[in-house]
Amino acid sequence: MSTTELGIPAMRGGTDGVPPVDPDAPAQTGKEFTSDQEVRWCPGCGDYAVLKAVQSFLPDLGLRRENITFVSGIGCSSRFPYYLDTYGMHSIHGRAPAIATGLATAREDLSVWVVTGDGDALSIGGNHLIHALRRNVNMTILLFNNRIYGLTKGQYSPTSEAGKVTKSTPMGSVDHPFNPVSLALGAEGTFVARTIDSDRKHLTSVLAAAAAHRGTSLVEIYQNCPIFNDGAFDAIKDRDTKDEAIIPLVHGEPIRFGTPGEDGLGPRGLVRSASGGVEVVDVTTDNAGDLLVHDAHADDPTTAFAISRLTDAGYLHRAPIGIFRSVERPTYDDQARAQVDLAVGERTGDRSDRLAALVGGGDTWTVV
Amino acid sequence: MASAKQVKQLDRVIIRFAGDSGDGMQLTGDRFTSESASFGNDLSTLPNFPAEIRAPQGTIHGVSSFQVHFADHDILTPGDAPDVLVAMNPAALRANLGDLPKGATVIVDTHDFTARNLTKAGYSHNPLDGDDLAEYAVHPVDLTGMTVAAVKEFGLSRKDAARAKNMFALGLVSWMYGRPTEGTEEFLARRFAKVPAIRDANVTAFRTGWNFGETTEAFVVSYEVKPAPMAPGTYRNITGNLALAYGLVAAGVQSGLPVFLGSYPITPASDVLHELSKHKDMGVTTFQAEDEIAGVGAALGASFAGHLGVTTTSGPGVALKSETIGLAVMTELPLLIVDVQRGGPSTGLPTKTEQADLLQAMFGRNGESPVPVVAPQSPGDCFDAAIEAARIAVTYRTPVFLLSDGMIANGSEPWRVPEVHELPTIDPQFATHTHEGGEFQPYLRDEATLARPWAVPGTPGLEHRIGGLEKGDGHGNISYDPANHDFMVRTRQAKIDRIADSLPPLEVDDPTGAAKVLVIGWGSTYGPIGAACRRVRRAGGEVAQAHLRHLNPFPSDLGDVLKRYDKVLVPEMNLGQLSMLLRAKYLVDTVGYNHVRGLPLKAAELAEAIGSLVGEVAGTELDLSAAAHQVRDADPAHEKEASR
Repeated sequence: MSTTELGIPAMRGGTDGVPPVDPDAPAQTGKEFTSDQEVRWCPGCGDYAVLKAVQSFLPDLGLRRENITFVSGIGCSSRFPYYLDTYGMHSIHGRAPAIATGLATAREDLSVWVVTGDGDALSIGGNHLIHALRRNVNMTILLFNNRIYGLTKGQYSPTSEAGKVTKSTPMGSVDHPFNPVSLALGAEGTFVARTIDSDRKHLTSVLAAAAAHRGTSLVEIYQNCPIFNDGAFDAIKDRDTKDEAIIPLVHGEPIRFGTPGEDGLGPRGLVRSASGGVEVVDVTTDNAGDLLVHDAHADDPTTAFAISRLTDAGYLHRAPIGIFRSVERPTYDDQARAQVDLAVGERTGDRSDRLAALVGGGDTWTVV
Repeated sequence: MASAKQVKQLDRVIIRFAGDSGDGMQLTGDRFTSESASFGNDLSTLPNFPAEIRAPQGTIHGVSSFQVHFADHDILTPGDAPDVLVAMNPAALRANLGDLPKGATVIVDTHDFTARNLTKAGYSHNPLDGDDLAEYAVHPVDLTGMTVAAVKEFGLSRKDAARAKNMFALGLVSWMYGRPTEGTEEFLARRFAKVPAIRDANVTAFRTGWNFGETTEAFVVSYEVKPAPMAPGTYRNITGNLALAYGLVAAGVQSGLPVFLGSYPITPASDVLHELSKHKDMGVTTFQAEDEIAGVGAALGASFAGHLGVTTTSGPGVALKSETIGLAVMTELPLLIVDVQRGGPSTGLPTKTEQADLLQAMFGRNGESPVPVVAPQSPGDCFDAAIEAARIAVTYRTPVFLLSDGMIANGSEPWRVPEVHELPTIDPQFATHTHEGGEFQPYLRDEATLARPWAVPGTPGLEHRIGGLEKGDGHGNISYDPANHDFMVRTRQAKIDRIADSLPPLEVDDPTGAAKVLVIGWGSTYGPIGAACRRVRRAGGEVAQAHLRHLNPFPSDLGDVLKRYDKVLVPEMNLGQLSMLLRAKYLVDTVGYNHVRGLPLKAAELAEAIGSLVGEVAGTELDLSAAAHQVRDADPAHEKEASR
């Protein structure tokens, strides 16, 4: 069966349709996006850094503040909307993507953001996450991954490494963890990225790219929980180890990492393996030409998935960081609205007359 | 087509078409209903089908049936017992025979009465031979054989040719009751326009069935059921699910809000999703979600965005949606939850009716979480009930349950098409400005309704955060203050209680004003209760009837009404859920009448129960036998009104 041509213009930006700020108005500041509510995360929590980064970044969008909406689920990170002076809903556990789907579909003029955590998005809300990704609803999902349940005080999460000893797993967890990036790519997410709470510059650049993408943008943010899982990301944050731990993904550039040599380039790189995946090699003059050049816009997600598998499933010593995938695909909400607009456009007369025609349709008879 | 045979007058007839679930019995019943509706009879229908799409052929659990009750007067139910059974195979005969009164007419397709099919249906011998059916007027006809012979010229496979047998049966029964045939012929031409051979075969089978009745000596009489007097207006036959979908569209128009339906397919509610998906031109968006939770979640998200958020489901779906409904209670956003009830618990009886979700709707959430409950009483009433539920949701900023059930969802009745300009209007009254002092307080309430402001994203200056955590009075920020929580819990309850101020007084049908027994019900039992009360009155008993549209809050005068009667009987298709609420709230010693058979209450049985209670109170014995024999279910007063 064929579908209806909906006439949606190609290549729309993530915030097209959202009213911009008045060009004559004074420039927005991060402070304007800061609510009067006292922030109540634990001292040292990675969430503070993300909040600051988001508050400073939002003015860059150039959108009217009242047209920005944050929806969250349950968990430490899900308190996020209370601290932003935009419209917001702190909803229930795992359901933020579902609520945001209704919001984004109902209103093209809203910039919709979801804030969630590893337990919220991948455990109780896993179903909504994968379906938002496959539908490609225009929203940006910030997935704070601290690899632990914080708000319930320290049980293992669906991203905790196997063997993790927690309050609920005194003999070690026997659960195999999810890799959120692999999961999102498997769900055919059109924008999948990973960044780090403490790297404001990288985080901000990923936020900008995610917001500019039309469709569901999933941003996994490695975020440290100083109380229940402190040091989970030390290897990629520590000045001495991070060059070896982070595999940076930059579109169009050969993927290299490791402590830079005299040429300023990392001594290791990625090449395609014989088995069809990718593998890490020491870069030599012989193989330098074979190094994988990162292509975030490749329609086929196979290579992006293969790269995502280089993330440690156990304690994190190594992880690719950056935008794994950013491709165009029509969004659910644009198409749903276009179907309604198309149907409405074919009709004449006001809604009341059409209602009268509808209820009085079918086989009728008249009694006088 | 005029008949040359003798024509007898009847005032009402109940026909049940029964066959295998692949035999097209629902379509046959639908067509017969449409013919009767266009003829001008009053009518009421009851489809009854298995949950399996194609249960093993020829077995008892694969039997699907459609009952239609049509009359020359105002009727309320699809009827207790069929006067005519059309049975397309042995299983259909066996499954339905027990419901037939003595003397009923049975038309049987003999074609499938083979040894194999008899065994499948559990017969050890052929019931058509011998005295098994001696109490009935049996017409054994080879419907299949005659159909195949009649459509030979169209070159269909034997299987396809045989599939037209339902139209042969429809033609025969249409002849028996003098039904107009043009509508069905037009319908078949439309439905099979793309496959001329199938179209012609069906039309031919239909006409051959009619002609068979006209010419065969097996049927010596045909019957006439005259049109029923009805109030002036334009009518159409409508099912509850269709009327409910139209009501939701109308609620959108009358409130000026776009309608957003978030739904997950579930029997018997899916037809509302199907229907609404066709009305995008009316500003309706439908979202088929990944699960029940996402369906209601997206609807709530749309409500936050300023749409009329709706979710449609049945009992098992409500269980999954409970947490989100609680969030809607806390965030005080409008939301409609349509529960088309079916037999429970768990998966229960998906295709059968029940009204056992009342307490789930009332209390099926954590915490003190009051939600208004509205219930339609008949298929056509689903339209008005949907608008009323939307009025409450939008006016009071609250989730509202609309409790339909399988009987009215799939059943149908003639419905007087409403005048759109007479429908109530609903004012969303969106917040557009800050409160005095320049601040916006999302939980500052309207003094009359206690509703909070509905400020939708995109409104400058009213940026605010809502959520599931307890809100501080007025400002709406998170509050753990004990006194505030106590105040907010009481205020949310008071807001729902306040809805009663907007409700009309409860209508009580007490013709003589001297009744000592009140029968009170809710939802789809309206028809059987009304029919039963009429029988009791015809037998000289005095009984009052009231029916609740609003289950939460109750109408303000309900307590006074209940106390006016010595006995209060509460018939329900559950184990006494309304009874429990009435007892708890009004300390009235209600008497329950409860059946949970997956079928509507039977008016005759209920009349016996009412009659015995009326007799007990009056100290006499009420003889209902005359009323039961009388075929009419109409009471004279009602008829007079209808014929004005």
